Amino acid sequence: MNDEVEPKVSDTGTGAPQATEPEPPPPPSLWHTTLRDIASGHAMVAFLSVILAVLVGSVMILATDEQVRSAAGYIGARPSDFFEAVWEAISGAYAALFRGAIYNGEAELFETRIRPLTETLKFSGPLIAAGLGVGLAFRAGLFNIGGRGQMLLAGAAAGWVAVSVELPTVLHLPLAVAAGVLAGALWAGIVGLLKARTGAHEVIVTIMLNYVGFYLVFYALSRQGLLQAPGSGNPKSAAMPESAVLPKLLGDRFNLHFGFVLALVAVALVWWLLNRSALGFRFRAVGENPEAARAAGIDVGRTYTVVMLIAGGLVGLAGVNQVLGTVTSGVTVDLDAGIGFDAITVALLGRSRPLGILAAGLLFGALKSGGFAMSASEGIPVDIVLVVQSLIVLFIAAPPLVRAMFHLPKRGATA
Amino acid sequence: MTLELRGITKRFGTLVANDRISLTVEPGEIHALLGENGAGKSTLMNVLYGLYHADEGEIFLDGVPQRFAGPGDAIAAGIGMVHQHFMLVPVFTVAENVMLGNESTGIAGTLDVDAARRRVREISDRFGFHVNPDALVENLPVGVQQRVEIIKALSRDAKVLVFDEPTAVLTPQETDELMEIMRQLKESGAAIVFISHKLREVRAIADRITVIRRGAVVGEASPTASNAELAALMVGRPVELTVHKEPAKPGAEALVVEDLRVVDDSGHVHLDSISFSIAAGEVLGVAGVQGNGQTELTEAILGLQHHVEGSIRLEGRELVGRSVRRVLDAGVGLIPEDRQVDGLITGFTIAENLMLNRSRSKPFNRMGTIQRKVLEQFANEKLVEYDVRAPGIAATAGQLSGGNQQKVVVARELSRDLRLLVAAQPTRGVDVGSIEFIHKQVVATRDKGVPVLLVSTELDEIAALSDRIMVLYRGRVVGIVPADTPRETLGLMMAGERPEGSAA
Repeated sequence: MNDEVEPKVSDTGTGAPQATEPEPPPPPSLWHTTLRDIASGHAMVAFLSVILAVLVGSVMILATDEQVRSAAGYIGARPSDFFEAVWEAISGAYAALFRGAIYNGEAELFETRIRPLTETLKFSGPLIAAGLGVGLAFRAGLFNIGGRGQMLLAGAAAGWVAVSVELPTVLHLPLAVAAGVLAGALWAGIVGLLKARTGAHEVIVTIMLNYVGFYLVFYALSRQGLLQAPGSGNPKSAAMPESAVLPKLLGDRFNLHFGFVLALVAVALVWWLLNRSALGFRFRAVGENPEAARAAGIDVGRTYTVVMLIAGGLVGLAGVNQVLGTVTSGVTVDLDAGIGFDAITVALLGRSRPLGILAAGLLFGALKSGGFAMSASEGIPVDIVLVVQSLIVLFIAAPPLVRAMFHLPKRGATA
Repeated sequence: MTLELRGITKRFGTLVANDRISLTVEPGEIHALLGENGAGKSTLMNVLYGLYHADEGEIFLDGVPQRFAGPGDAIAAGIGMVHQHFMLVPVFTVAENVMLGNESTGIAGTLDVDAARRRVREISDRFGFHVNPDALVENLPVGVQQRVEIIKALSRDAKVLVFDEPTAVLTPQETDELMEIMRQLKESGAAIVFISHKLREVRAIADRITVIRRGAVVGEASPTASNAELAALMVGRPVELTVHKEPAKPGAEALVVEDLRVVDDSGHVHLDSISFSIAAGEVLGVAGVQGNGQTELTEAILGLQHHVEGSIRLEGRELVGRSVRRVLDAGVGLIPEDRQVDGLITGFTIAENLMLNRSRSKPFNRMGTIQRKVLEQFANEKLVEYDVRAPGIAATAGQLSGGNQQKVVVARELSRDLRLLVAAQPTRGVDVGSIEFIHKQVVATRDKGVPVLLVSTELDEIAALSDRIMVLYRGRVVGIVPADTPRETLGLMMAGERPEGSAA
């Protein structure tokens, strides 16, 4: 918004003078503006960013492909070789990605054919949950980079309840899930409280709490009597007991578990919260204009705390998803599997809207699932997928760049 | 240097901000550009200054067509701009500010501050500005900061000077001094463009007046035209310049402020033991130059200030120490001085903005869920009742003109059950039509028996609406005087001079 002109809609009435020039906007903080710009970005920008990232990713696939490189050596003599190699490299890569992410037509059994789709859903569960946690904080004007710490704490708490109490499944599983969500909420709540009370910037605090959380969980995992598996010397807990594991959705032959359903429920809840509830209305008010919110009697500090509690709970759900669903062999400090940070990308790509996050989470789950297949069958480094993901963020974070490349109108222009 | 704008057209999307505007300013002439807020004056000047590119039309200096890619080109061509909001670095000295963007350097890139200092002194002496080149800008009074802006423009040999609403932040006395300076500049041969919406000032100083309405030139007027004639030209219809109101029927004392002291986080005292009271059904106008404690006063009442001592009692109930929400619940309504900062969320719809400070209670909230039907109906009613010109209740507040934005704020506050109305700069940046409407609403609120605290830096507004006037200067009450106190007396009080025989 900073110095772009936001034209005013002219009055519809008759005879009234109308404002045509913007009043000088108050200088908002750079952080705030940037954050809001990114969070409320054009849906088209998000879509085009993905396309652009895939295109750039293709170039990288080509650059790393042996055949393309050797064909490029004699491109003057036989250009057709080169283009053939290019086509093969790219089509091969993306076909493998598709096979690994959605539907494997080459497989014999139907089960194996649809298995990639279930893997994609499995991977997207925690991405969606954590993405919601980051996106919700975005909408209230907070940058939650503490996904990793929140997931670790949540996973550790859920794992602790799982291995240290014995209960029937109907009680044990909900209790373990609740413990994880609560731990994530409290860990993030600290950040909100510190911001509300002392003005400590949430970016710094969340990043630092990632380290604190990491070593805290590492310590617990390395001590007998805390979380370490009895008799073991590794920093790892015992395997999750059956009674605390999220049930498989499609039977034991597929890895897809109930965590995905929990993530979908979270999408619905956050949608209601942001679009229909009075509490979410205040979250958004604080996110858009804290001064006006304060003048309207909204306790901004308390809102920050509440938002971070809920955001942490959502990220915590991702941690639970991992520990009680995807990797049930025991809690480790690697349980977040990079999801805590990927969640930021998911939230950005989803424009911090619950349904957008759902879509972005599915896309990233597919990239994750397909990336493995791509590297296995085509020999393309799995890092390419990471590069594509990073490029998506880069393009989204630089909306003017994408707008300029595709000649999109400036924001707010009524062309 | 003669400045000529020929057929300047500037569009934003479908909206024409400047429609074939032509304008000539001769050397040694003050040419006033008169128009309401939003008429397109600033857009035109931003085109001239190279900040916007005109879609059509040309700029000539002494008959030579110009192309400005940015302000740098405009400055180099001899155009100087004194902005409404000063473009100065507060922690730099006057000399440093003047050389900024035009630094002369010595060996190995060292700054030649001495040269800048000499330049400041030279210009300052020539026009009698009395500006110390080594003073930090943040320590200077607003009027002097403005002179620094003028020096800055003159130091680049500006031959065409544009003053964009220069008097908005000045006391009447400072305004007189500024006019004197403008006359001197004119005598020295500068071509001056004076942008204003204040009729009085334009008539006092301009040689020629061009009136702009809705982005187009609607006529030229001579400085001898009457206020009513100019206003009619500006708005496009005859305008009531006076507010019709019955004499106040003050009731019991409703708001009593005693020994109010407001200190900010850095220990700076903004209000120093001020005391006053407002009766039910009375408008107390707070006059003063911007930045003399008015903002802190309204914020203290609302509970937005952190270090408040003394007492603010509304109908006997203490407000100091209450949270904003509990102050609002006590029936305090606020029209904040900057609606885009404190009054509205520009990204929210009109309906959402109308509910902004009542999202917790019925009828808009049931079991934590927003009652969208109720809100819709309420918003549609208010749109009609408060004459908000908008495409609909789902339009965002940011899409509205300033006047309509303000009407949304007024509608929200007045539709609550008020025990006190605090109106800070209720008509700043608002078109004349909306000003009339808002003024009527303020008077109507008073007539319902609600005490009104009106803060305004526009003396005309204070005089038109108030039943009594309190003048603030540097955080203290200079005096509380009757509404018919002469303008000159008020002006002196705004500069801190205590009038004789006033009850302070």
